[in-house]
Amino acid sequence: MIVAVDLLKPFSYEFFRNGLIIATLAGALCGLIGVFVVLRGMSYIGHGLSHAVFGGAALAAVLNLNYFLGAGFWGLASGLMIGRVSRKRIIGADAAIGVITTASFAMGLALQARFGQAKRSIDAVLFGNVLGVFTSDILAVAGVGVLSVVVIIGLYRKLLFATFDPEVAGVSGVSVPAMEAVLMVLLSATILVTVRVIGVLLISALLVLPAVTARLMTNSFGRMLWLSPVLGAIFGGVGMYISWYADIPSGAVIILAGTLVFIAAYSAVGVRRRSQLAGLSHH
Amino acid sequence: MKSVPEENQNLMKCEHMSCSYGGAPVIEGVDLTIRRGEFVGIVGPSGSGKTTLLRALLGSIKPVHGKVERLPGLRLAYVPQLETVDWNFPVTVGEVIGMSRPQRLMRPKSQNSELALIEDVLERLGLGGLLQRHIRELSGGQQQRVFLARALIQKPDMLILDEPTAGVDVRTRHEVLHVLADLNESPPHGDGIAIVLTTHDLNGLAAHLPRLVCFNRTVIADGTPAEVLQPYFLERTYGAPMEVLQHGGMPIVLEQGGDELRNRLNRSSAS
Ligand SMILES: Nc1ncnc2c1ncn2[C@@H]1O[C@H](COP(=O)(O)OP(=O)(O)OP(=O)(O)O)[C@@H](O)[C@H]1O
Ligand SMILES: [Mg+2]
Repeated sequence: MIVAVDLLKPFSYEFFRNGLIIATLAGALCGLIGVFVVLRGMSYIGHGLSHAVFGGAALAAVLNLNYFLGAGFWGLASGLMIGRVSRKRIIGADAAIGVITTASFAMGLALQARFGQAKRSIDAVLFGNVLGVFTSDILAVAGVGVLSVVVIIGLYRKLLFATFDPEVAGVSGVSVPAMEAVLMVLLSATILVTVRVIGVLLISALLVLPAVTARLMTNSFGRMLWLSPVLGAIFGGVGMYISWYADIPSGAVIILAGTLVFIAAYSAVGVRRRSQLAGLSHH
Repeated sequence: MKSVPEENQNLMKCEHMSCSYGGAPVIEGVDLTIRRGEFVGIVGPSGSGKTTLLRALLGSIKPVHGKVERLPGLRLAYVPQLETVDWNFPVTVGEVIGMSRPQRLMRPKSQNSELALIEDVLERLGLGGLLQRHIRELSGGQQQRVFLARALIQKPDMLILDEPTAGVDVRTRHEVLHVLADLNESPPHGDGIAIVLTTHDLNGLAAHLPRLVCFNRTVIADGTPAEVLQPYFLERTYGAPMEVLQHGGMPIVLEQGGDELRNRLNRSSAS
């Protein structure tokens, strides 16, 4: 009885409930978008965008602009700049992302240190501040989540075709640039609504960890598409819950929980492949 | 539309077509006509622009000179070279075949005829029991048939294949050719599908086709294998002298200089 009461205790605090909801939702959303991020090799773009958006958010705060306006505009501008720089072909896209987004991130840190009213600590920027969540943040993440689910179900085959086999998709009547644009918009929206709450590092991790873990567990695109958000939600929710008891920042626990599951899946696959090979050599 | 399927109707016509990837033209002054129900092979050395020609036929690259005319409403489907497929992508046989289906969430009833077509295609290509497999867990011939099925579900009037028999053994090559010949004569939908393919296999594949095009940056010869597989055209296509024998009415192409190569190799292994 006492144990049961104790386990439920954190739920009596509203800030914990909000934090748990947002960590779970953000995990699911990043898990869903992460499938495309991983399969299309966009993880560095996601990493870059989250850094750039953070810079924009800091600037918006200093100028007293609306967060979504400032951060959204800045993210868009960085995306376009990355495109321009890398199209010149002297500098590769990855290097262009590195330069532009780390500069943007550094600017954000500088602005925050110099002008931030309630100087947020560095780890709040990197790992977010899951406990300072408003209902509006939850609604924003939920809204982008619903939008993503609707778009991905509605365009399922086209998105798969354009991701797996762009050349043939193009001649089969799928507009590959349109599908790429749709995914970029979903990725940017995901980062925009989550970066303030769950932090720059955590987004990068959540965009990759659930998807690569799901990839290890299935060979089917359709199954990966629901497995990855489920894993993301579990990483987020369980990590959040454990962090309460372990008294470790939630972001760090979420990443560690995800990494542990990834390692377990990786080892399990290794064992399965090895036993398959052993089975083959016996026959 | 195609309610009056004329024999010999032109499906596609290239006139003086040149294409490039931004720099100098890769193929130049191509004149080529494909008619309904034809079966055409394109041969030429590596880098001669065969894949580029296919891309131009498909419309995925636009000519910089000349033009391509397609019959209005022409349905094209493409089977890419297997080497270009990402075999690590998490996708099952069923998912690959399904990705070319139009998505109609709102009108589930109209899918009945579509489902019948899919079943027919799966049965013809012998893929029925494999839908849950990952694409890497298949033989080369099965892999080829998966991508063929994806193309056929689009009910094409014209099927374009890039090196469908590259890297497969003699038996699989036969199997693929028989499937293609069947489709050419009696497809699962409508009337005969026109087939255009590229190949490096002169004797095993090209010599069996009704029509052959020798290609090196442009069309060098176009006709039946007997007309086209001639030392003069082959040397202009491949830039190396070749000999042609006749065997049971079929041309067989031999490389020249084989003796010299054999002598050299034997000498070096003897020393
Ligand atoms: N995407 C591309 N961008 C730039 N150049 C290209 C591209 N694809 C092909 N080329 C060039 O165009 C020429 C023709 O290439 P193509 O692939 O059409 O030849 P191919 O006849 O299909 O060769 P293979 O038999 O080896 O497949 C080559 O010189 C090649 O380097
Ligand atoms: Mg080629």
